[in-house]
Amino acid sequence: MNSINILIVGVGGQGTLLASKLMGKIFIDAGMDVKVSEVHGMSQRGGSVVTYVRAGEKVFSPVIDKGEADVMISFEALESARWLPYLKKDGVVISNTAQIDPMPVIMGNATYPEQVLSMIAEKGIKVVSADALSLAEQAGSAKAVNIVLLGITARQLGLDKGTCIEAIRATVPQKTIETNEKAFELGYNL
Amino acid sequence: MEKKLLLGNEAVARGLYEAGVRVVSSYPGTPSTEITESVTKYDEIYSEWAPNEKVAFEVAIGASFGGARSFCAMKHVGLNVAADPLYTASYIGVNGGMVCAVADDPGMHSSQNEQDSRRHAIAAKVPMLEPSDSQDALDFTKAAYDLSERFDTPVLLRLSTRISHSRSLVTLSERNNVELKKYERNVMKNVMMPAMARKAHAKVEERNEALTLWADTEAFELGINREEIFSDEIGVIAAGSTYAYAREALGEKASYLKLGIVNPLPKKAIIDFAKKVKTLYVIEELDDVIETHCIKLGVKVIGREIFSPLGEYNQSIIAKAILGFEKECVSVDCDIPARPPVLCPGCPHRGLYYALKDMNLYVSGDIGCYTLGAQAPLSMMDTCVCMGASVSALHGYNTARGSEAAKKSIAVIGDSTFMHSGITGLIDIVYNKGISTVIVLDNSITGMTGHQNNPLNGKTIKGDPTTAVDLEALARAIGINRIVVVDPFDIKATKSAVAEELLAEEPSLVISRRPCALLKNVKHEPSLVVDSDKCVGCKMCLKVGCPAISQKKQENGRTKAFIDPNQCLGCGVCVETCRLDAIKKA
Repeated sequence: MNSINILIVGVGGQGTLLASKLMGKIFIDAGMDVKVSEVHGMSQRGGSVVTYVRAGEKVFSPVIDKGEADVMISFEALESARWLPYLKKDGVVISNTAQIDPMPVIMGNATYPEQVLSMIAEKGIKVVSADALSLAEQAGSAKAVNIVLLGITARQLGLDKGTCIEAIRATVPQKTIETNEKAFELGYNL
Repeated sequence: MEKKLLLGNEAVARGLYEAGVRVVSSYPGTPSTEITESVTKYDEIYSEWAPNEKVAFEVAIGASFGGARSFCAMKHVGLNVAADPLYTASYIGVNGGMVCAVADDPGMHSSQNEQDSRRHAIAAKVPMLEPSDSQDALDFTKAAYDLSERFDTPVLLRLSTRISHSRSLVTLSERNNVELKKYERNVMKNVMMPAMARKAHAKVEERNEALTLWADTEAFELGINREEIFSDEIGVIAAGSTYAYAREALGEKASYLKLGIVNPLPKKAIIDFAKKVKTLYVIEELDDVIETHCIKLGVKVIGREIFSPLGEYNQSIIAKAILGFEKECVSVDCDIPARPPVLCPGCPHRGLYYALKDMNLYVSGDIGCYTLGAQAPLSMMDTCVCMGASVSALHGYNTARGSEAAKKSIAVIGDSTFMHSGITGLIDIVYNKGISTVIVLDNSITGMTGHQNNPLNGKTIKGDPTTAVDLEALARAIGINRIVVVDPFDIKATKSAVAEELLAEEPSLVISRRPCALLKNVKHEPSLVVDSDKCVGCKMCLKVGCPAISQKKQENGRTKAFIDPNQCLGCGVCVETCRLDAIKKA
C-alpha cells in the first residue's frame, strides 16, 4: 500500500475517535507515516463529525478534502451521503445502515432521504453496508459498532487480521477485549 | 528513541515535561484543553485548572518569578482574558522560563469568533512560535523555554485546531531536570510603575530587534525556520498547518520558506528567499500578518488577492488557487438535512429550558453546552457574546429598558463560566441596585470542553477532593437575598420558582442543579417507551428537542412518537409534554 486516505464519519458520541485511533495504530505498525485529524468540542454533542486518517511514506496535511478519500467508514447512513463528495470516484463506502434523525428531521423541517445508501450505489460507488448495531449487540455490546465497522474495513482493504486484533487488544479497555474481538470477527467475516 | 503517535496537544505536554517545566495552570478551551489534561500524567509537573485564563497566566508568571519553568494554555479568546497580564509580563520578562500556548480555531469548529492570536504577539511585543505538526509542537515547546530565558520574555506558542487535534509521529526524549532558579528581589525589573515601565519599554523594543535578528539567523540553524528549495518558479512562505497544506498541494513544484517563529518575523531571510523564485506566495489563514510584513520589506507577494481571510484552508484550496485544478467528486441528488450539535439525551439544561420556554423571556446567554439551547426547538437564547457576558449584559439590558423588562428577562450561565467571570457581573447587579434574575446551570462540571473539574465541584484537576466553593454562601456574601435551588427535571417547580423570582423587586439567583448526564457516576433511569395505543402523533414531545425522540411510521401507516432505547436515559422531561400520558417507563 503506497498511501491511503480514510474518512471516518458519523454522529458525535458514536465512537468515531476510537476507530481513527485504531486505524492510525494499524498503519504505524505497518511502518507507514500517519496523520490523524480528530474533532473535539462542540460537534461532539450529536453533530455531524468527521475524522481523517492518512497514511503513506510521508504525509504532510492532516486533512482530506473533496475527491481525496479512498475509503469512507460511516457510522450512519445519512452521514455517508453528506460526506460522499470527499470520496474518490473509485473509492469505497463502508456504512452502518443505522439511521439517526437529525434535529431538523425530528422537527419536521427536513426529510430524511429514503434509500440513501442505494442512492450512493447508483452513482457507481461501491457500498458495503451492514447493520453494525445488531452485530455489535451480538458480540456483547452496542458500543462495539466501531469495531464491527473496523472489521469490515480490514477485510475490504486486505489488512492483516492479526495486526488489527493486536491493535485492538493494545487500545481498548482490558475488560472489553473479548467483546471487541468478537465484534471485529463479525465484521471481518461479513 | 521511542516514537509515538501523539495529538499536537499531547506533544506540547510532552515538550513541557522534557523542558523541565514545574508549574502549569490553565483554563479549558477547545482546542487547547488536552495539553493540560495530558500534563496531569507527569508527576514531575504541578498542574491545575484555574478559574479563568487571566488567573492561569498570572499563576504562571508567579511561578516564573519563583524560579520555575512555567506554562499556561488557553484558546484564542482566552488570551483576550489574559491579555492584561500578558502585556505587562512582556515588560517585566521572566526568571524561570514562561510559555503560554494559545490555540486558534480557524473555521470556528467550537468558537464564537475567528480572531488571529498573532495580533496579540505583535501588540504585546513577545515572540511567538508556531508548530506545523506534533514533532514541531514538542520541539518548539522546548525551544520556547530557551528563548524565554535567553531573551527575558514570556513566549507565546500558537496552535490551531488542526495542529492541536491532529495526531502524528513524535520522537520522545528524556526530561531535562532544570533547577529552580534563585529568587532575588528586583524592584526595578519586577514592579511596573511608570518610572520602571519607561525603561522596560525601551528594553522591549531592543529585545524585539534582537529577536528579529534571531529569526534571521539562529532560528534557521535550530530548524525553527527552514528553507526548502525545489523550484525557482513558485515560492511559498507559510507557517503552521498552512505549510503542511501547501507542501501537500504543491509538492516539489514549489520552494518553501517555512516559518516557525511568526513574531517577530525575519527580514533578511524573506528578502533572500524572494530572490530565489519568480512568483512568491504568502499562504496564511485568517489575517494577512506575513503579507503585510513582506509589503513593508518591499517584497512583492501574492496573498490576500487569491486567499480568503475566512475559515480554514486545505491542500485543495491551495492547489486550486495556485495550480488552478480541482479534484473530481461525486454527490447524491437530494437535499441532505443538516445535523447541528444538540443537547444530549438526559441533559439537565433541556429541563430548565423546557420549563421556561412558554414564559416569553429575554434570555441573556453565555458560553457552554447550554448555548446549544439557542437553536430550535428550544430557542431559548437572545444573545451570547463571551464568557461571563450573560450576567453583566442582562444588567445592561434591564438598565436600558427598565424594571418591566427585568421581570421578563433572565441570564443563563454554567457553573464553570460563572466562576470564570460571571460572579463579577452579579456583584455589579447587586452593587448598582439591579433587580435582574440570574440562573446558574450547575451541572457539576465544565461540560463542552469535555468534562473538567472546576472550583464549584470539589475536585482538583486530578480528581482529588478539595474545598468546593459554596455558591449559595458566595451569593449571600455579595448581597443576594433571594437564592433558590431547583431541580431542572422538576419542570413545574422550576417554572414557578423562576416566575416568582422574576417578580421580585431585588436581584435573584436561581441555581438549576443537576449533574451532567454524561458523568460516569450519574445513575440513569431505564429508557422510556411510547404507548402507541395512546399516542396520537401530536408531536408535542418533539418540542423538548431530544435526539432520542422522533416520529416513526407504524405498520398501519400512522405516524407516532418513537423513543430510541439506545439513546434515551429516562430523564422524563418529555413525559411532561404528553397530555395523553403516552410516554412511560418500559
